[in-house]
Amino acid sequence: MRSGTVSDLLFGAVARGAALLTLALLLGIILSLIIGAWPAIERYGLGFLTHNAWDPVQEDFGGMVMIYGTLATSGIALLIAVPVSFGIALFLTELAPAWLKRPLGTAVELLAAVPSIVYGMWGLMVFGPVLARYVQQPLQAWLGGTPVFGALVSGPPVGIGILSAGIILSIMIIPFIASVMRDVFEVTPPLLKESAYGLGATTWEVIWKIVLPYTRAGVLGGIMLGLGRALGETMAVTFVIGNMNQLRSSSLFEAANSITSALANEFAEAAPGMHQAALIYLGLILFLITFVVLVFSRLLLLRLQKNEGKRA
Amino acid sequence: MNTLSDGKTPARRTSRFARRKWINRVALTLSFIAMIFGVFWLMWILWETILLGFAGLSFSLFTQSTPPPNDAGGLANALFGSFMMVTLATFIGAPIGVLSGIYLAEYHPRGWLAVTVRFVNDLLLSAPSIVIGLFVYAVIVIRFRQFSGWAGAVALSLIVIPVVIRTTENMLALIPSSLREAAYALGAPKWKVIIHVTLNAARAGVITGILLAVARISGETAPLLFTALNNQFWTSDLSGPTANLPVTIFQFAMSPYENWQQLAWAGVFLITLAVLGLNILARLLSRRK
Repeated sequence: MRSGTVSDLLFGAVARGAALLTLALLLGIILSLIIGAWPAIERYGLGFLTHNAWDPVQEDFGGMVMIYGTLATSGIALLIAVPVSFGIALFLTELAPAWLKRPLGTAVELLAAVPSIVYGMWGLMVFGPVLARYVQQPLQAWLGGTPVFGALVSGPPVGIGILSAGIILSIMIIPFIASVMRDVFEVTPPLLKESAYGLGATTWEVIWKIVLPYTRAGVLGGIMLGLGRALGETMAVTFVIGNMNQLRSSSLFEAANSITSALANEFAEAAPGMHQAALIYLGLILFLITFVVLVFSRLLLLRLQKNEGKRA
Repeated sequence: MNTLSDGKTPARRTSRFARRKWINRVALTLSFIAMIFGVFWLMWILWETILLGFAGLSFSLFTQSTPPPNDAGGLANALFGSFMMVTLATFIGAPIGVLSGIYLAEYHPRGWLAVTVRFVNDLLLSAPSIVIGLFVYAVIVIRFRQFSGWAGAVALSLIVIPVVIRTTENMLALIPSSLREAAYALGAPKWKVIIHVTLNAARAGVITGILLAVARISGETAPLLFTALNNQFWTSDLSGPTANLPVTIFQFAMSPYENWQQLAWAGVFLITLAVLGLNILARLLSRRK
């Protein structure tokens, strides 16, 4: 009996320790990034965010280009991924016949499991050339002279740059957003939907006016989750963004850089000192941005769960 | 059908009805197109991977180490290094993950620690993996002044932990409490109840979680870039830079040499095969339950 309580205490302590380790991990990541970035934080302060320079030789560093690249590619990715994911979730919950739901759902989930390096390599070798030939060149010929769009499509149409990185990111995050949306759509009480159908609403009206308002928080949470993924994605972006540390124009075809690809390309070879500190500073900024986005996403998803509990 | 004598209203009503039906049809068609769009990418990526990767498959892929440019060789050292690090990472990460999952599900599921850990775990699950690489670099690589396979394994294990915590907790929560109560009634101490009854009943689910974690880290590149680095030669010593498949693919794919690119495609094919295979295996395992 006594040995039972001792081992009980021991087991409980070990389990608790393992749980505490997860918390320690998060704190450790934040602390180690702040310590590593400290020389750069001390020297540049917040001006780092808007300083446009990256010169390891002169030791003059600023994160504007990378931060812009990260935000621009993730923005393009969301622009494409959100409507498509909504369509997929709609199809999977309301339209697909029962025998198709499972295989299609699995296919979307497998798309989420494909490692990002596969997307990257495919993007560089297969998708980039196709994009250059069948999208970028025609777009350039069509919009080349017009005022605003002309600037967006200038630059070398080689299939490498912000646009291709954004498109590949969107393909990567579609499965994440779509599966969250599908899951939250499915928690809508059937009674609510059937009442609307009973009043003569069409499928689209049920989705748009009943399901979507009911699951708004969850849908937003799913989108934020996708955004968090897109911001922190490394390999898929590194292959296709072109790794150019200057911003030559506002064109979407221009090669640029993102925080993650700057880290991937330069960190292992960076000399200890200001170069490394500046890169870690970039990593810290990335972590803080994704942290905020993911916290937001979690809170929204939790709110939906809580509401559901209240109504049930 | 319509009993209203006013000629205008039914006409307007039918035209509105027609419009609503039309909008419905357009929306549903768009949704169908979105579905095809999603599946289309999966098919395209898989198709190219098979097409280009299959051509590079050969026996020497598994017996020879990575070659210099424009020379014959294989991926044996990279495959071996990846295998070692993934195995190690699983053995480090899975027990910690399972234990935390047990704490969350069995000890104080609504206590402050469980609520906080659950929240933090969800963040870590989606945190940028390259940042984990930075963390391990700061904690291990700098301390030992060397890139090493050990550092790579630790970085990967930090990705295993959140995945395993999540699935373990979910699976344990599914076990009916009558099962636990029956064991307690027989006088079993808590740790025995957990290990022999609850964890045992949730075994298939927990193993599924570990398999998914293995699938996830098999393709992870970013956390290895500045922990394990890479190595052109065969080595079984994990205390130095260690060859691994993802970083080799990255390096070879970005190179201008045709034989390196060919090997990169073969590597991508192997990784995709392994990751999708593990995912399908995990799915089959949890379905049988």
